[in-house]
Amino acid sequence: MNIYDLPDKQGHFGPYGGVFVAETLISALDELREQYDHYRNNAAFQNEFANELKHYVGRPSPIYHARRWSEHLGGAQILLKREDLNHTGAHKVNNTVGQALLARRMGKSRVIAETGAGQHGVATATVAARYGMQCVVYMGSEDVRRQATNVYRMKLLGAEVVQVKSGSRTLKDALNEAMRDWVTQVENTFYIIGTVAGPHPYPMMVRDFQTVIGTEAKIQMQEAYGKQPDVLIACVGGGSNAIGLFYPYIDDQSVRMIGVEAAGKGLETNKHAATLSKGKPGVLHGNRTYLIQDENGQIIETHSISAGLDYPGVGPEHAWLKDIHRAEYVGVTDDEALAAFHALCRFEGIMPALESSHALAYAAKFAPTLAKNQLILVNLSGRGDKDMATVAQMSGIAL
Amino acid sequence: MNRIAQTFSVLQSNHKKALIPFITAGDPAPALTVELMHSLVNAGSDIIELGVPFSDPMADGPTIQRSSERALKHRVGLHDVLSMVSEFRKENMRTPVVLMGYANPVEAMGYKYFAAQAEKAGIDGVLTVDYPPEECEEWVRCLEQHGLDTIFLLSPTSTQSRIAQVAKLAKGYIYYVSLKGVTGASHLDLKSVALRLEELRAVISIPIGVGFGIRDGKTAGAVAKLADAVVIGSRIIEEIEHSPQNKLLSNVAELVARMREAIDAQRS
Repeated sequence: MNIYDLPDKQGHFGPYGGVFVAETLISALDELREQYDHYRNNAAFQNEFANELKHYVGRPSPIYHARRWSEHLGGAQILLKREDLNHTGAHKVNNTVGQALLARRMGKSRVIAETGAGQHGVATATVAARYGMQCVVYMGSEDVRRQATNVYRMKLLGAEVVQVKSGSRTLKDALNEAMRDWVTQVENTFYIIGTVAGPHPYPMMVRDFQTVIGTEAKIQMQEAYGKQPDVLIACVGGGSNAIGLFYPYIDDQSVRMIGVEAAGKGLETNKHAATLSKGKPGVLHGNRTYLIQDENGQIIETHSISAGLDYPGVGPEHAWLKDIHRAEYVGVTDDEALAAFHALCRFEGIMPALESSHALAYAAKFAPTLAKNQLILVNLSGRGDKDMATVAQMSGIAL
Repeated sequence: MNRIAQTFSVLQSNHKKALIPFITAGDPAPALTVELMHSLVNAGSDIIELGVPFSDPMADGPTIQRSSERALKHRVGLHDVLSMVSEFRKENMRTPVVLMGYANPVEAMGYKYFAAQAEKAGIDGVLTVDYPPEECEEWVRCLEQHGLDTIFLLSPTSTQSRIAQVAKLAKGYIYYVSLKGVTGASHLDLKSVALRLEELRAVISIPIGVGFGIRDGKTAGAVAKLADAVVIGSRIIEEIEHSPQNKLLSNVAELVARMREAIDAQRS
């Protein structure tokens, strides 16, 4: 059997990934790669990381059997990996803890981050407060307007939030701006990227920190069910929660893996963020991957009801898993995600994030095609409290 | 000898340094670009760096990003940029034109097709900001087959081994980024540039241009003393940005002429 061992030394997953940045960033990335290569196999570092995940994040997160909802759907049993129960309410914090610990060991006193909806910004501001680091979060001015509560949360946690007014004023522009900050102040600054994108080593490093999700799941499944799930389902924006669940299962061909992208108003419209379904390979934000782009190679604005999935690229490892057919990628529309959001609230008393609702919506479609004794493990990547205003607005309700 | 080598050789025999302005194709409007290129040449420019607009110019500061956005409002794509250079070549067969931009527009066009079209249009060199040497050997070979120089950046943080790696692939000239940061920053440390250029010259045999942070004649002159070429980008874009349409060409020409004068005054 082939053992999956990507990326290669230069950060390639097949033709994807790599280091596509200006010369000005190369030395910063070299330093990060060398340091991470060292700490990746350093027992003291890994123990500290595990300890923080246990006592600060509250891991392991449970696997919960959504019994009433499964019965209602009438097919496979749906299990939820409860990343929504983590401190700060999503999987994002697994990664920010890991990177902040690395930053500290590298002697960097200042961390910066990009954020779209604000979840990664909050997770970064949280760990910066925890470790006593200065924190600057870049956020598109359009997103600042849409996500006022998260902006305030970051400020309460002591972070400075910088509004980015260039380009489409959203996540991708915030990422550009954070890169610029990093180039300018690289001596004292660590750039905490929030997803499995960006130049090597970020896609690998963020994956490694998120892999705790799948590693725990494997143990928990064996303990509780005596077997592994038949299918894994996770939403994919940049793809960090999905790769965190998938990665430990890649060599286990008996487990199907399905990534769910945001089909927005429909894959046939131009209002979606389904990069793997509708994009073409190209180069953006330091790596080669699928991108939503026009015929001139300009990056196009994407659309999703869920800000966390609203990104025109996708992690290069997902691009590779798609090409080699190890994982499947499908789309779920805004309306389908919203229906799943309400269903989980009503059947299980769990309010999911709109991002995670995409994974749930596909599970709801897929479960009835399977037998009752089959198991679907859905990554419930975050809780939905942050989305209440959006959901109310979609339902025509003023709060 | 291609146009870039020819230009540097003539300058050298006249004991002069190259002035390389940067503008973004299509900024402020596509119809003005070719005219602007001619007026850059008439004001004393030796090589023109023509920016290919991109939606996500990660290595550029706000000024050049805005120029890209203005061009993109007119939907200027790589095809249009190639046509502009063809148009420019109808009247000027002498001044080298270097395209500067990001990888994705080239990949969207297909880089083999791009190289053939670029040669046909009369382009002399290409600088792709986010193609570092280890990711682009095939690209360099492809450009070479079409007689195009691959221009590379080096920075204050480039290591010795990296400089050697770039030296092997680079053609035409090296673009030395004189400070840490993005285009349009305003703090250039002449002493460290001088030290750095000495190190680079030990390894690199082609001419070295210096850019980033050159905003006035005084700095341009001082840099000309050290380097083979002075690259001026954001300062020119600002002039384009702030000039009324009817003064645009003359304001840019005056600015470039002042830089030319300052550079020539430093002749050793």
